[in-house]
Amino acid sequence: MDNYMKLEIPSKSQNESFARVAVAAFAAQADPTIDEITDVKTAVSEAVTNAIIHGYENGPGIIAITASLTGRTLEIIVVDYGVGITDIEQARQPLYTSKPELDRSGMGFTIMESFMDQCRVVSKAGEGTTVSMSKVFGDIDNKMS
Amino acid sequence: MEVKLKLAGDTLVVRLRGELDHHAVNGLRSKIDTKLPQVKNILFNFNEVGFMDSSGLGLVLGRYKIVSEKGGKVVACSLSPGVNRVFELSGLQSKIPLYSTEREALNSV
Repeated sequence: MDNYMKLEIPSKSQNESFARVAVAAFAAQADPTIDEITDVKTAVSEAVTNAIIHGYENGPGIIAITASLTGRTLEIIVVDYGVGITDIEQARQPLYTSKPELDRSGMGFTIMESFMDQCRVVSKAGEGTTVSMSKVFGDIDNKMS
Repeated sequence: MEVKLKLAGDTLVVRLRGELDHHAVNGLRSKIDTKLPQVKNILFNFNEVGFMDSSGLGLVLGRYKIVSEKGGKVVACSLSPGVNRVFELSGLQSKIPLYSTEREALNSV
């Protein structure tokens, strides 16, 4: 690992934009394209929004965000200590949402999977959720999406 | 996030400005919904939206569910490449036609 950052924020929706901009600013040192930065911002926004809405159900809590760079590979880890996801497979289905009454589109995990190269989810009911995502900047194989 | 709401016949024109995330949507939804009883269709103009995530999709989809029940349409225009990618991924453009200008979008409803 060449460089890293850690950020801890309370589960408040005002912090969604701060979190994605902070990670994007950190990632900028690896000289990503504008499209790559947009992908990173969108994926971080989805992970943090999930933590706020689902992990903490719009209540208080702490969200920890770590980003690290190894060469031109960015790894992002978003952790919450909230309710957890009982059925990760179902949660990852496109258009599935546990909260349709809140106007959720059910596209959060699909966006994280599509905009990043890898997306892993580990969760335990009552303990929280960890989303780990990575993206290689300048990877031509991944420019097709 | 700023929003300008304008009535054009029986269509509510929603001009959005800023970053459309969950926080922004929370502030926007009721502003739009109070106007819905007066209109049939909604046009979302994304010309000044620099960023949108799935919460923006949720806002549009939720309004689509409301107006389509009364036979109304939802259209959108002026999407940046980034906003367009999020739309494409969702397949929402099968329900919500996208146009390059507000005039084209208005003419379609």
